[in-house]
Amino acid sequence: MADAEVIPLGTRGRPGRGSGSRNPSSAARSLAGPSAARRTSAEPPSDPKPEHADAATEPTTEASTEAATEQAAQAGQTEPREDAGTDAPRVDVRESGAGAPGDGIPVSDWLAAFTSAAAEVFGDRYEQRLAEFLAFLRRRVTGDYAVDEYGFDAEVTERFLLAALRPIAQKWFRVEVRGAENIPTDGGALVVSNHSGTIPVDGLMTMVSVHDSTGRHLRPLGADLVFKMPVVGEIARKAGATLACNEDAERMLRGGELVGVWPEGFKGIGKPYSERYRLQRFGRGGFVSAAMRTGVPIVPCSVVGAEEIYPLVGNVPSLARLLGVPYIPITPFFPLLGPLGLVPLPSKWLIEFGEPIRTDSYDEGAADDPMLVFNVTDQVRETVQQTLYTLLMQRRSVFA
Amino acid sequence: MGRVVLVTGVSSDLGGRFARRLSSDPAVERVIGVDVVPPPGDLGSVAFVRADIRNPVIAKVIAGQEVDTVVHLSVRPGGTGGRSSVKEHNVIGTMQLLAACQKAPSLERLVVRSSAAVYGSSSRDPAMFTEDMAAKRMPRSGFAKDVLEVEGYVRGFARRRPDVSVTMLRPANLVGRRERSPLLDYFRLPVVPTPLGFDARLQFLDEEDFLSALGHATVGGVHGTFNLAGDGVLTLSQAVRRLGRPSLPVPTMALGSLGGVLKQAGVPAPSRELTEFLCFGRGLDTDRMRRVLGFEPRHTSESAFAEFAATVTPGVLTLPRPVTPVAGTVGTVGSGGHG
Repeated sequence: MADAEVIPLGTRGRPGRGSGSRNPSSAARSLAGPSAARRTSAEPPSDPKPEHADAATEPTTEASTEAATEQAAQAGQTEPREDAGTDAPRVDVRESGAGAPGDGIPVSDWLAAFTSAAAEVFGDRYEQRLAEFLAFLRRRVTGDYAVDEYGFDAEVTERFLLAALRPIAQKWFRVEVRGAENIPTDGGALVVSNHSGTIPVDGLMTMVSVHDSTGRHLRPLGADLVFKMPVVGEIARKAGATLACNEDAERMLRGGELVGVWPEGFKGIGKPYSERYRLQRFGRGGFVSAAMRTGVPIVPCSVVGAEEIYPLVGNVPSLARLLGVPYIPITPFFPLLGPLGLVPLPSKWLIEFGEPIRTDSYDEGAADDPMLVFNVTDQVRETVQQTLYTLLMQRRSVFA
Repeated sequence: MGRVVLVTGVSSDLGGRFARRLSSDPAVERVIGVDVVPPPGDLGSVAFVRADIRNPVIAKVIAGQEVDTVVHLSVRPGGTGGRSSVKEHNVIGTMQLLAACQKAPSLERLVVRSSAAVYGSSSRDPAMFTEDMAAKRMPRSGFAKDVLEVEGYVRGFARRRPDVSVTMLRPANLVGRRERSPLLDYFRLPVVPTPLGFDARLQFLDEEDFLSALGHATVGGVHGTFNLAGDGVLTLSQAVRRLGRPSLPVPTMALGSLGGVLKQAGVPAPSRELTEFLCFGRGLDTDRMRRVLGFEPRHTSESAFAEFAATVTPGVLTLPRPVTPVAGTVGTVGSGGHG
């Protein structure tokens, strides 16, 4: 066909530049490496690692020199002997790549790739880790795992939820935890925290921080709206949350759990940006009576930084009423930038756990004494508020 | 002298088994079974009276046989007939039975099978219901409403006859080889539609355990209301996975209408009541069962459900059993290769 060409254009002109002639160009030879270069010159081979398996499975179809064809044919027909098969692999390298794509990648290569990938992902002891991971997968698929009576799934919380939140806490908000030694290492305790940030991100970050600094799981008490919402409610239960009611709080505390409560509720989380770090009313003090009845210490917790993640500048009360939610937030970015507005601002966070307030010294009927409950509630609230002011003074800037 | 026990609802599988078992109890002299239809199988030494508990004839049976213990088992979730006839049977039947009991001077004990359905199922539920708690959202229809009304009548009876010890049992969902209920029919579906974005906590009670608890309550005669459930909870997704069945997450709204469509096609499908239960589930506190009733179930929720799972046809996603134990997998595999 080449003789029909009238105007030799581009690479069709001279041999050696991918002209379709039988001999590859010098450029192609150099690309194919030293072994291919040797093949064309029919030089006796000295390949350090001849792959007999490849040679045996690959009957060569075409070769540039007679000698190579003969040797390759021998290699294909007979059992690969040391001398006969030596030249064959180099033929294969080219021909299998160019002429026979259906042959695919040999199984041993797949295995090797898989092994190295596993070693890459799971480290040195990859066999053990991989077996563990497969066992984990199997447990999840067959449902062979345990949840506690609140629906808490420790395995999925540790492996997925906390693992996903940890980089956000460490890299995005750069959470700094202080006073983690104030969290009891065992037995029931009630962590009481301020609430802010439009979306309860502060609760999630406190959960991660508590788990990473003490190894205990913080069991949050959530509003019933949380459990009414699909997906959110499911994840909340799996992460260890339960409904914020006296029955559940007391039950968890009696069971020796570390329970987290945000008594400000929606009033705290949905307050406008202008009222940041000003604590709202601490509910009706139900958390104090629960702690008193079970005699567990109250650990005040102050979170600085969450107020700035979604600065709430407006609300759409009518839409909120329509949807049955407490508020529809408007932030400087949220409806304006669409989903991008959902990215929280990277404020610098400080979480401080204060000295525990003991409740076991009160006598029997103390939990039913409204005045006493009110006083203790106020004491906790004041502690959190004062700590917030102190932390704000120490913070150099919002994003530093 | 042994007790004379009248058992209602003996023609159901559970009722028949309970009556047979009770008749072999040394503390029991005679067992009289009552139902509107004859029992399908042999009842052994149990005397069967074909009567409707809504008929005054039941009063004559109680008085004539000098019955001292009545076990009321015929409050049932669904079964045959339409909703209104089931309600008629559950509520009016209980009312008439209690009226007959009230006039019987020989009566000393009353054991009523209620259900954990009285607690309803909602997002505002506490994790675990104790016997003193009431439903957060009062059930307004269905079986739960029946049970609520039945319990109301039983409480009224207990007030009027303080000399009778009244035991009310609220079992969690019963599971077992022969047990049939809307929930178990749902689990028997080849592909299980689940409410999207919800994962209810479920508790189960093995039917054998329930029979033991009934026997315990009948012979022991402890006054009060008791939750009955196996320990621990299973989530809905966990239960479906353990059956090896694929689940199909469906928006909650659609689950009801899908149920309607399936019902038209004659396939058992979740009712509205069941749909709510599948969203939020329910947990029962069984502390009083242990402390006061003195009953200890043999099965946990998990093992009771496993027994049930073994009796249904395995789902398409069932994995083969693992050959080697998971712990120390590498070592086991290595030594297995050598040996």
